Amino acid sequence: MANYKLQINGRTYQADVEPDTPLLWVLRDDFGLVGTKYGCGIGACGACTVHLNGQAIRSCTLPVAAVGTQKVVTIEGLSQNGDHPVQKAWDEVDVAQCGYCQAGQIMTAAAFLKNTPKPTADQIDNAMHANICRCGAYHRIKEAVKLASTKA
Amino acid sequence: MAQSTSRRDFLKMAATAGGGLVLGFNWFSAKAEMPSVVSKTVLAAGKAEFNSFLTISSDNIITIFSPNPELGQNIKTSFPMVVAEELDADWKTVSVVQAALDTKKFQRQVTGGSGAVPHSWMILRKAGATARAMLVEAASKRWNVPLSECSASDGFVIHSTSGKKLNYGELAEEASKLAVPSDVKLKDRKDFKLIGKALRNVENKNIITGKPMFGLDFHREGMLLAMIQRPEGFGMKVKSVDAAAAKAMPGIIDVVTFKNKVAVVGKSTWQINKARKALKIEYEKEGNIESSADHDKIFAELLNSDKAQVRRMEGDVESAFKNAAKVIKSEYQCPFLPHNPMEPMNFFAHVREDGVELAGPTQTPDSARKGVARLLNISEDKVTVEITRLGGGFGRRLMTDYVLEAAELSSIIKAPVKVIWTREDDMAGGSYRPSVRYRFEAALDASGNMVGYKLRGAGINAGNPTRENNFPSGAVDHLLIDSIEHKSPITTAPWRAPITNFLGYAEQAFLDEVAEAAKNDPIEFRLGLLEKAKTSPAGAVRYDIDRMIGVIKLAAEKSGWGTKKDVSQGFSVYFSHASYVAQVADVLVKAGKPVIQKIYAAVDCGEVINLSGARQQVMGGIVDGLGHAMYGNLTFKNGVPDQNNYNKYRLIRMKEVPEVDVFFVNNGISPTGLGEPALPPTGGAVANAIFKASGKRLKNQPFILEEPYAKAKSV
Ligand code: FES
Ligand code: FES
Repeated sequence: MANYKLQINGRTYQADVEPDTPLLWVLRDDFGLVGTKYGCGIGACGACTVHLNGQAIRSCTLPVAAVGTQKVVTIEGLSQNGDHPVQKAWDEVDVAQCGYCQAGQIMTAAAFLKNTPKPTADQIDNAMHANICRCGAYHRIKEAVKLASTKA
Repeated sequence: MAQSTSRRDFLKMAATAGGGLVLGFNWFSAKAEMPSVVSKTVLAAGKAEFNSFLTISSDNIITIFSPNPELGQNIKTSFPMVVAEELDADWKTVSVVQAALDTKKFQRQVTGGSGAVPHSWMILRKAGATARAMLVEAASKRWNVPLSECSASDGFVIHSTSGKKLNYGELAEEASKLAVPSDVKLKDRKDFKLIGKALRNVENKNIITGKPMFGLDFHREGMLLAMIQRPEGFGMKVKSVDAAAAKAMPGIIDVVTFKNKVAVVGKSTWQINKARKALKIEYEKEGNIESSADHDKIFAELLNSDKAQVRRMEGDVESAFKNAAKVIKSEYQCPFLPHNPMEPMNFFAHVREDGVELAGPTQTPDSARKGVARLLNISEDKVTVEITRLGGGFGRRLMTDYVLEAAELSSIIKAPVKVIWTREDDMAGGSYRPSVRYRFEAALDASGNMVGYKLRGAGINAGNPTRENNFPSGAVDHLLIDSIEHKSPITTAPWRAPITNFLGYAEQAFLDEVAEAAKNDPIEFRLGLLEKAKTSPAGAVRYDIDRMIGVIKLAAEKSGWGTKKDVSQGFSVYFSHASYVAQVADVLVKAGKPVIQKIYAAVDCGEVINLSGARQQVMGGIVDGLGHAMYGNLTFKNGVPDQNNYNKYRLIRMKEVPEVDVFFVNNGISPTGLGEPALPPTGGAVANAIFKASGKRLKNQPFILEEPYAKAKSV
């Protein structure tokens, strides 16, 4: 066990955990930040996506020991009031079905649009391809990313 | 909006709050024609059977309690829309609350099967109309004007001659003192203001901000976490367990063995996951140990067996085939499939001396409660179930195995515990869509009419894998449908659109083969059969011929059937789960491989309640149908699944999804569910289009392992 101080959503969090504990489980079990979801644990679905220094990463395969002082943003911290352009677009397009994958989808989309503010349809496809939506909400995910790009 | 409340809490609230109108009604009443709506006095006395409430508080907040588990099928939005429509409420003032399951009075609380909608439609409408009638009556009394001069609109009652108006909150208390009318007038559908509109999901805000709502997010103070090692293969049982190393690992509280399961209990998911890998378990054979290669042999035997059970028989099949001008024979096979809901199985249980608390994602809280009561030998009313939101279900959460084991573990360790399944546990844990092989045979006469039809369904733990009354039954004079089953230790369960999820594809692909042999256009061929079913039916016709023709024509028109030069089109139409869906797929060959460009769907599900939710269900069903037809494949070696996570099991992803266009017939007939019926026709439309584009008939799923996607298997 070791003590870690993490910078998450603009706050400092502390946890006593084993160094190989994936960030995902520290967020969920230790900090109660359960908006970040577990889907596969092997980096193959995107449900656990968070931002690390502004980049979308899979928190299920990132050991807490590797986080250091890098800034983590989770779905809970993407915006104050749920009004990030991507979140607004997700509501307007009425994307969610079961909703379980959507935090990961939103975090992937938000990081992508920051780097690529005016994406083409192909760029959206490529950016979102690694995020699984078992409910098959892909059409609306694509539409919402497009809409969000007009809002930012 | 997304609070949850128990009936007990609610009744307390209703009885003490005093202000406002409270009506109870039974969302799933068996007597659909005579739904009863009861007042709060009756509710408080606990005499009436009800599972939902409608409340209007004095400060004008309308609350509708939804008893139904929500797993993405949009009921939590669309059902309350129906109540609000008849109530003439302002949708902005309506909130929807999930009611918990805690007494026998909550009847038929289940999500699964698209049957939920038609069952509830009239009841929901009547509940809303009853409240409206009482509010209007209260206003006419308050103003002392004739009832006929008062009407309701957008959350107000208006007096037509004076223009006076009061909002519902201002009338709620007086309305609550009136007798509940037994006979209220429902709206004419041309006056609908909400029904048929696209309204957003009431849970959007919670979902997009990551609020805790799912079973895996559930937390109780003092709760422990557990993972369970189950036998690694089907047909095996635990022989011995060496848990010493696991127990010595940090954070492990206990390791307990029960019923072929070894549970590792602790406080952190990561710690129990690591410790669990340190378990040393030996297994021994308990039943048949099967591999996929064995199943191939088993199917061949079943298809030639003389022990099949006849499901439907018409005319004289033998002579029809003997005298046929042409006979077409074909076999179609599908693999096992895991449900793979995005949220893996999990459940919380706390077994105490005085009762059991359960919480988690279930499609069947009622049978979970009954099962746990039986398991622990206690009375059912000692068990409460809190339903969380479900991260997908697809039928998997109709099973209660994962609820029972959580309860059993809690009773052994005498502590509140949440059992978590990893993706690997979930995918390798059984309850699959059964593997099935069909053999179809058709007899054509000299003019290309299908005069004989045979279908044998052979399944592994599939029960009856035919739906013997489905089209083309009723349209063929000489017909034999039978089925046969192999019992296997590999467990199976309903999977979104049970049986029809594969049968729909197989039937529609076979009919395409027959139409081709008859040198007929696939749509003309089916219309000919329907004409025959109408004018001289062969036995019972258990589908609505006109509704089926309706979707066929709509799909043909919207897709430009027969007019396109640049793409190859494939057609299918299927009636299942109470709705009619026809689909056309457009396929192009690119770099030697067929690429699905677009899918058109024409849907008759009666009245469309929420256009946004309805389109979403149809599109999701099509994506699901296409994805599993193309890629879904679970195989076994010595009882052990070969695929146990998304790196080995392929689910459809964004780039593989074609454009989808959805058209509703919207004929005003009582609505039917949409969670399932769009899925079964998809594989057929796609396979038929791929045949047109490539000349290859796809007869086995997943398509990706077949020509033209893969090299021909060496024979
Ligand atoms: S849970 Fe991290 S990628 Fe699936
Ligand atoms: S909305 Fe259910 S998995 Fe994406």
